[in-house]
Amino acid sequence: MRAAAVAVAAMLAGCAQQAGDGTEPGSSAPEANEESITVVSYGGSYARACVLGYHESFTAETGIQVNLEDFNGGLAQIRAQVEAGAVHWDVVDLGVADTVTGCDEGVLELIGPELLPPGPNGEAPANDFLPETNTECGVGTLLYSTIYAYNPETLPGSAPTTLADFFDLERFPGRRGMQRKPEANLEFALMADGVPKERIYELLGTPEGLDRAFRKLDTIKDEVVWWEAGAQPPQLLADGEVIMSTAWNGRIFNAQVLEDQPFVIVWDGQIMDRGQLVVVAGTPHLEGALRFMRHAARSESMAGVGKYIAYSPARRSGQALIDRHAETGVDMWPHMPTNPANMKNFLMADWEWWADHRDEMQERFAAWLAR
Amino acid sequence: MTSRESPRVSQPVPRPLWRRALGPRLRAAGLALPLVAFVSVTFLGPMLSLLTKSFYDPEVADALPGTMAALRDWDGQGTPSDEAFAAVAREFVAARTERTLGRTANRVNRVASGMRSVIMGSSREMVEAGAAAEAAGAATDGAFWRETMISIDSRWGGPEPWRALEAAGQRLTARHYLKALDFERGPDGGYVRAPEVWRIYVPLFWRTFLVSLGVTLLCLVIGYPVAHMIANSPPKRANVLLLLVLLPFWTSLLVRTTSWIVLLQNQGIVNDFLVAIGLIGDDGRIAMIYNMTGTFIAMTHVLLPFLVLPLYSVMRAIPPAYMNAAVSLGATPFQALRRVYWPQTLPGVGAGCLLTFILAIGYYITPALVGGQSGQLISNMIAYHVQTSLNWGLAAALAALLLGGVTLLYVVYDRLVGIDRIGLG
Repeated sequence: MRAAAVAVAAMLAGCAQQAGDGTEPGSSAPEANEESITVVSYGGSYARACVLGYHESFTAETGIQVNLEDFNGGLAQIRAQVEAGAVHWDVVDLGVADTVTGCDEGVLELIGPELLPPGPNGEAPANDFLPETNTECGVGTLLYSTIYAYNPETLPGSAPTTLADFFDLERFPGRRGMQRKPEANLEFALMADGVPKERIYELLGTPEGLDRAFRKLDTIKDEVVWWEAGAQPPQLLADGEVIMSTAWNGRIFNAQVLEDQPFVIVWDGQIMDRGQLVVVAGTPHLEGALRFMRHAARSESMAGVGKYIAYSPARRSGQALIDRHAETGVDMWPHMPTNPANMKNFLMADWEWWADHRDEMQERFAAWLAR
Repeated sequence: MTSRESPRVSQPVPRPLWRRALGPRLRAAGLALPLVAFVSVTFLGPMLSLLTKSFYDPEVADALPGTMAALRDWDGQGTPSDEAFAAVAREFVAARTERTLGRTANRVNRVASGMRSVIMGSSREMVEAGAAAEAAGAATDGAFWRETMISIDSRWGGPEPWRALEAAGQRLTARHYLKALDFERGPDGGYVRAPEVWRIYVPLFWRTFLVSLGVTLLCLVIGYPVAHMIANSPPKRANVLLLLVLLPFWTSLLVRTTSWIVLLQNQGIVNDFLVAIGLIGDDGRIAMIYNMTGTFIAMTHVLLPFLVLPLYSVMRAIPPAYMNAAVSLGATPFQALRRVYWPQTLPGVGAGCLLTFILAIGYYITPALVGGQSGQLISNMIAYHVQTSLNWGLAAALAALLLGGVTLLYVVYDRLVGIDRIGLG
């Protein structure tokens, strides 16, 4: 009976934790007479770039306060809040596979195209947004990449230049950082194994292709340090815990320019994905949330983020506004994932494939990790 | 029970004794009512509702009642009747308009991966096709939908998506249990053992069992001499020693676990010390945490008081004269320990080990913090399905299996040793 008590207690604790996540002291209690919305994002240098890039101008324009919260992605908390009828997140920064899944489930608000503002020179949103950046419930804000980076100080000798080098323990012995989820890692493994990028998802959909990806991951498994939050890879590289690590390109950029780290990004085999903002269904602050969405969808807001961190605006007119880093004056364009120089060999993440196979892949990945 | 309740006095009594005792006994039971209510509301109720989720899953059946009715007569071969096509179309289109289809599609996707996009993709076009046909005045009957759906996605022309719908629509289902035992749906819809690379839960159950056993034995080996020493010390020293056991017991579990991280991590105190005295090189630091070693060390430390305390209570009641008598009768100290002292401590050993083992088997915070990948236990997987994947049915099935396993062990223990032989002193 004790084990049951512990198991059930663990479950209840889990639920309580979820329900309590948003109500940590001082994080999001809205003031009685002052309108505020809660925006949930990935923390660290990216959240900072968003605050400086457009949250502050939003508050200045509308008087609506923005409470920022951190999470590590995923729909679990949104589903829990909607099902419990206690929505305290208003706007959430999500990946496309999640926005499509959440939209189909009805836990996200539909965002009509009429909400999207025209570009600075009157560009129609329909042509201005890059293809596949907007979905029924999600407004595309940026393109980011999962890349790998190394620290030349802890990796003397010849430098890695290709994705295959990440998996080459003979030429580059040492620990590697990777994100603790199947996304991107499976694609990296197949690409490094020589699969042409057009065939990656087709192959991952077959048992043989999947086995092949895991066999490739097997070759470096003993040397992998797993990270979960986006702020970890720069830390791991700086501490010398790993010689190279997969990471979101903006986090490495931030460490390069603001912390003077000598990190080098290997753009070969970068996996590009779209970041979107969504509104949680049933939020009591719908109007404020929609005003925030409209503000975030402006080309200037996207370029504002691009002044602080190397993520590309989802609008063509926004990309045209990319200039210099606001604090150091570094030219931003060479650091952008959409710079053609960085896109010689890149893969666009297939959200539809991941929406279909995520549960299954997570199980397989967990089984593989636990082995 | 009955022997104790039957009247022992020989003189005649006006009423049977049990009836006279009924009033006071009822009143006494009334005192326990708050506890009974508390346990029912906070423990039994939630537990039963969770366990129910492990075999009762009405979501798809409630969302697609017409489809399920139409599929009832289908033999699982080829495609179902036109009525099934018409019912699916009607319900998909309605649910899509109300934006509830995604939840259903996700449930079906758990039964057969890929069904999410089949359902969501087809229904998108089905809404348009239905509207177009109605605008043109064409009939939207079963035959129309059969043709339309197969032309939208050819998979509707085969049995697989229908089997997935049918399986997901079972209200009473064993699929969570089968999944928790690493079975998967085979090509013909039946269940087969999953290929080895996909097996996750059974190996985790084994690992949890072995780790709990290992931690319990480790606790016993470390705790037995400690309890003996405390029990046989002069009172003043015994109090100090007991405090040393109790102090960590009173300290928060999180504090103790994170302290082990400080001590054992790569750049931690233990590794720094070993490097400083030259036992290991700076590049040869030992990985003692975020793996099985970390789980073992931290769990043993956290659970040690649960073994020491029952042992101590039992040992204190054993008069030292027995050991002296054994030795004076010619036994070696080891013989005296083995044949005189050890048997008398068995009730304490039983109580402590059972308590420790059962606590260990449900442990979840410590492995989550210090276990890394290789040190995760089944409870961590239950937490994952409750918090992240939100597959509560599977989580409930895993919890039920864990509960069943512990109950089984308890019964076996009762048969072999006897639960009444457990003593807490």
